[in-house]
Amino acid sequence: MSKDIRIKKGLDIRLVGEAEKTISEGPRSRTITIRPSDFHLVTPKMVLKEGATLQAGDEIFYSKSQEEIKFLSPVAGTITEIKRGARRVITDIVIEADYNGLQRDFGILPVNATADETKERLLEGGVWPFIKQRPYDVIAKPTVTPKAIFISGLNTGPLAADLDFVLSGKTAELQAAVSALAKLTDGGVHVSIASSASLFSGLSDVTTYTVKGPHPAGNVGTLINKTSPINKGETVWTVAAQDLVIIGELLLTGKFNAQRIISVSGSGIKAPKYYRTMIGAEVSTFAYDAGVEGDNNRFISGNVLTGNKVSPEGALGFYATEFVAIPEGDDYEFFGWNKPVFDKISPSRALTFSWMQPKKKYDLDTNTNGEHRAFVVTGNYEEVFPLDIYPMQILKACMVEDLDEMEALGMYEVAPEDFALTEFICVSKQPHQEIIRKGLDVMYKEIG
Amino acid sequence: MGMKESLHKLKMKYEGKKMAPAFNALHTFLYAPNETTHSGGHIRAVDDLKRTMNTVIIALIPCLIFGIFNAGYQHYYAVAEVAGTAAEYKVTSFFDTNFWNWDNFAIGAWTVLPLVVVSYGVGLLVEFIFAVIKGHEVEEGYLVTGMLVPLIVPIDIPLWMLAVAVVFGVVIGKEVFGGTGMNILNPALTIRAFLFFAYPTWMSGDKVWVHQAVEMAGQPDAISGETILGSYAQNSAVVYDYWDMFLGFIPGSVGETSKVLIVFGAAFLIFTKIASWRIIVSAIVGALVMGLVFNGVVDAGWIDNSSKFYGLMSVPFWQHLLIGSILFGAVYMATDPVTGSQTNKGKWIYGFLIGFISIMIRVFNPAYPEGVFLAILLMNVFAPTIDHYVVQGNVKKRMKRLKLKTA
Repeated sequence: MSKDIRIKKGLDIRLVGEAEKTISEGPRSRTITIRPSDFHLVTPKMVLKEGATLQAGDEIFYSKSQEEIKFLSPVAGTITEIKRGARRVITDIVIEADYNGLQRDFGILPVNATADETKERLLEGGVWPFIKQRPYDVIAKPTVTPKAIFISGLNTGPLAADLDFVLSGKTAELQAAVSALAKLTDGGVHVSIASSASLFSGLSDVTTYTVKGPHPAGNVGTLINKTSPINKGETVWTVAAQDLVIIGELLLTGKFNAQRIISVSGSGIKAPKYYRTMIGAEVSTFAYDAGVEGDNNRFISGNVLTGNKVSPEGALGFYATEFVAIPEGDDYEFFGWNKPVFDKISPSRALTFSWMQPKKKYDLDTNTNGEHRAFVVTGNYEEVFPLDIYPMQILKACMVEDLDEMEALGMYEVAPEDFALTEFICVSKQPHQEIIRKGLDVMYKEIG
Repeated sequence: MGMKESLHKLKMKYEGKKMAPAFNALHTFLYAPNETTHSGGHIRAVDDLKRTMNTVIIALIPCLIFGIFNAGYQHYYAVAEVAGTAAEYKVTSFFDTNFWNWDNFAIGAWTVLPLVVVSYGVGLLVEFIFAVIKGHEVEEGYLVTGMLVPLIVPIDIPLWMLAVAVVFGVVIGKEVFGGTGMNILNPALTIRAFLFFAYPTWMSGDKVWVHQAVEMAGQPDAISGETILGSYAQNSAVVYDYWDMFLGFIPGSVGETSKVLIVFGAAFLIFTKIASWRIIVSAIVGALVMGLVFNGVVDAGWIDNSSKFYGLMSVPFWQHLLIGSILFGAVYMATDPVTGSQTNKGKWIYGFLIGFISIMIRVFNPAYPEGVFLAILLMNVFAPTIDHYVVQGNVKKRMKRLKLKTA
């Protein structure tokens, strides 16, 4: 049975360049890149060396601190390059793809497999990294049994991929995945959905919640906070809806299929639409196929509020289900701070007029629209922050690394993405998500 | 090469140099900077601190303009009173030409504009010096403070006193705490408090509110400049009617007299979502409640008209809003987000206590019948405590949840 959650606080950011609902096949990516930096706090220990040939599904590296968490190759081919950054940290593992190569078969997991067998398969099959945990918003610890598992079945962010469209036809995979996950917790699998038309509402082994309201209604953090907020000592797991398909496919076919349907959108894209591609694919394969406007764009692997900047030669991130191109805003604007503004979004009405056109779609660029300052304005974050947490106070606690205060204010419950909207509207242009991420890292290090 | 390119080249040239913050301040005044996002969100809303401060300044401009004309009007009206021709000078409507005329403007421009110039000149100079010494950007806080200061001082305050007070206020009230966003006390009120305690003869009494009243004191043509609060405090008759008080044709600090324009400014600030409506509403409610309590005391016959408090206690509670600067304080001072309460619940408590204590001080302070600035400064100090208890409520909820789980 579906329960209702209605949130009032939030902000829908409407941007031009929404993806048209057609799926295209871009040119196949010549290389696939895996970036260990996508896996926060994971120190990679390489299994294969440069020049090694591999099958799709072969282990490339594992987590040094939790060796059972393995990272597999999405494709068959040859590791052509292992790029390293400062202090020899591995930044990119580049695999030249051989699409006719072999694929490892992990075998079909029986429906009646035990929790341990299921866990074992998820770890072996390379899909464990898709399971994240809170507190700390990192890859889940396999040794911990979570209080419950939470999945967001709706996207509410700007230019969000339409989940119903992306997941259509994948009911079997979704069912296999949620049924398997349900075995790993006593608290059940909880899914937020937009309406009863969602694919999830027909699945068994899940509890669904119909969530209404502006963004971040679709954030999994909102679902957790409204249904079962995390207390000290508790752990919950979260999985992105599209990653369930990869998990389900592993269980049903025995193969790690890293294929993804991503939305390619933004005002920097000429023909925004959906693409069938792979984890780690070169962004040029779909970006230039869809056409790019002008030559000064920000390419983002992920969405505009939480994604990562990638170069035109870069690759799609491990978790990215969206790709966005928006104009860079690296230009000065005459009297930009005091003239009336009609073409940008503002939560206030201080000679800004987006409140008059709530349905209008905006072409925002990457300009910060102001300089970094100390926190000055108060009370505005609360208008877009639906969680029962004091956003400014928790940010300040993180900045001064006051662990007791962070814990008391609800740090176990949050992930950086929960602060994307407060960061968006921040008058002082503070990097909220970065502050929260650093705060979580300090807590992880000190409390663990 | 256009100005944009020239400024950009200069910016590059001065990058990392000592004077870079000062140069950047001028540059970003003319042009919104070309900074782009790096991590986290790739897009940002349009509001920045400059726009926020600018909106408050816009809301203050009607008060400033009115203050300029009122300076002249109060002067000429007082002179006319001495000459016995006050009836002709009496303003009868908001658009009366006895008020909006060049003579009044000339006096206002001669007295008020220098206050504005000194306030901004000295204040920004101190800000620039601190920015250069500490190597941080020139912050926008003083944009509003600089406009507030001339509006909350008596008209004839000597400029050197103002300059000294501004230096004190900016350095001790703000910069020692780390600059905009870090200060505990409202800088504009710190400046006013400094003036009040350092130069009391220029800040209170019945002569400082009308141009040249001090200079002409003791002469045969001496003019009276008593404020309504002063009259009430001395239990003497008030010569202004409610309409005068509401429209602002009364003596007082430069920008505080016109309640209608303050209400207009408040509406603008609330509409633009720049000021907290919670603080404004609760401060007004607090003032009304305290006024009602005092009215109750008078009605109950606990004091009679021989009491020195009788005058102000018997003022009808709602009339407290029309006299003195409670409204100006509630709208433009109490709403300072840095020094006020930061939580929404806290804002209700904070505002209410400001209104409540303002009227209490107004009635009980024998030396100076206005308490708003003291009430706000007092509550500035208590704001973090209020927030602490509000936030603890949230923390306790979390602890309770945990106990339920582990019980």
